[in-house]
Amino acid sequence: MSLLRVTGVSKVFGGLRAVHRVSFDLPEGEILGLIGPNGAGKTTVFNVVSGFMRPDEGTVTYRGESLAGLRPHAICRRGMVRTFQIARPFLRLTLLENVVVGALERVAHRREALGIAEKILDLTGLTEKAGQPGHALTLPDRKRLELARALATGPRVLLLDEVMAGLTPTETSRLIELVRAIHGRGISILLIEHVMKAVMALSQRVLVLNYGELIAGGRPEDVVRDPRVIEAYLGVDSTGAEAGGD
Amino acid sequence: MVRIGVGTVVGLILLALPFWVSSTWQNLLITVFYYAFLGQAWNILGGYAGQLSLGHAAFFAIGAYTSAVLAVHYAVSPWLGMFVGAVLAALLSLGIGYLGFRFGLRGFYFILLTLAAAEICRLVALHVPILGGYTGLFINFTPNPWQFQFKGKIPYYFIALGFLVFASAVVWLLERSKLGTYLVAIREDEDASEALGVDTFRYKMMAYALSAALTALGGTFYAYFQYYLQPNTVLNLNHSVDIMIRPIVGGMGTILGPILGSLLLELLGEFSRTYFAGATAGLSVVIYGVLLIIVVLFLPRGVYPTLVHRFRRLMRGRPT
Repeated sequence: MSLLRVTGVSKVFGGLRAVHRVSFDLPEGEILGLIGPNGAGKTTVFNVVSGFMRPDEGTVTYRGESLAGLRPHAICRRGMVRTFQIARPFLRLTLLENVVVGALERVAHRREALGIAEKILDLTGLTEKAGQPGHALTLPDRKRLELARALATGPRVLLLDEVMAGLTPTETSRLIELVRAIHGRGISILLIEHVMKAVMALSQRVLVLNYGELIAGGRPEDVVRDPRVIEAYLGVDSTGAEAGGD
Repeated sequence: MVRIGVGTVVGLILLALPFWVSSTWQNLLITVFYYAFLGQAWNILGGYAGQLSLGHAAFFAIGAYTSAVLAVHYAVSPWLGMFVGAVLAALLSLGIGYLGFRFGLRGFYFILLTLAAAEICRLVALHVPILGGYTGLFINFTPNPWQFQFKGKIPYYFIALGFLVFASAVVWLLERSKLGTYLVAIREDEDASEALGVDTFRYKMMAYALSAALTALGGTFYAYFQYYLQPNTVLNLNHSVDIMIRPIVGGMGTILGPILGSLLLELLGEFSRTYFAGATAGLSVVIYGVLLIIVVLFLPRGVYPTLVHRFRRLMRGRPT
């Protein structure tokens, strides 16, 4: 049974069709990759699914329930939580406090939330930095913190928006391991990612978005060989004249 | 242990102080406690939740007028009336909050909304007969504790101190609660909080109502300390600024900020009044303004956070 079902979702900004009739399913236990060139509409899909934007048409259902009109916190409460492409730590709070905010979604008292937060920090390898304020964190740690905070809410579905962007290859490999470990705990993941190494390593299935429309989908190794996908990424049109800078 | 010791000593000094100092200093201390109390109330919304209000005079006035009208016209003790005022102020804050938060007003736009709401309240108070209109509302002095009226300053000293201790206890608990943690998260990043399951609308409303209700209690204290309410004094912009300036100077979002801010500003005000009031008219106010600018320039984060920062650096500098 699919946990998350997106059916015919469209979103228009002024004259721009950011997302056009996008449909897909996220079955329980899957890691689903969502790729596409810059501006293809990936983050807009996330904004609609997580409740930050209302779709102009189409529906999003989670475990059979329509999410129409629900605000992000209500969607988080139902077990689906997102991260932000540009990490948004609470800058003046310590790392531990950042994660406590997430953990309070599950429990009513700070003492219990602190317990959860400490476990999550341990899992995400941030324990040593627990006392540092958000503004002092390096980019890789900010990315980890995004993941840790989201995880602290106790989700069944994680929506990860480019958690690998800007990391070195070593850091990327470590984060891939972490996402695997999280998946191993039974959490389903929808992954927006530009770093192909991560997409290929993690995704069981990949969807390709271009100009707001889904143009391909399937196993990662098939998708990357799909001519439509190559065209979308490299910008080669039928005359073959547009690719390359010189 | 050190903290308990310091707390006990400070507590004993505060209990003994009014019996040792002159009436001028009693007045000054009452003003310090009273504005620290109002600052603490404002701090819940402004300092912790990060929603700056420039209209807290409205809640203050509701507290003052409600308990005064109930006592003058309906013979209800202000000790009860002040809670009626607190409830009414909370209701008004929920109305303003609904408009502001439901429609996503943030930053300056929220500030303007709170300012406009307070102006409307001022106009209402100026034109409603039972509130005394432009003439204002006088309260007859009948030294009766049940009527919140006392001879001498000492009872007011202890009531003001009690109010401040109460508000500080509320903030102390807030800092250790889910509500307080969520408010700080909202201040830091509203969208990120919402994504993490924080019902930002609901928690901002709670902060607003709590802040407004406490502010209204301060209004009742003022009414029975001054025995006179006039819309252009209690309900103007200056008064809203008076309420918010102390936590801003002392350190927003800290429990000691409003207290230190209130103490510092009162001492600055007293200093400029004492030494410059006799000179040219208005000079003392100018001096006060200049001193305020100096404080804000050199301690932009507020007195308390700056002191903590300096102290930590000092301790780190020393080999232990």
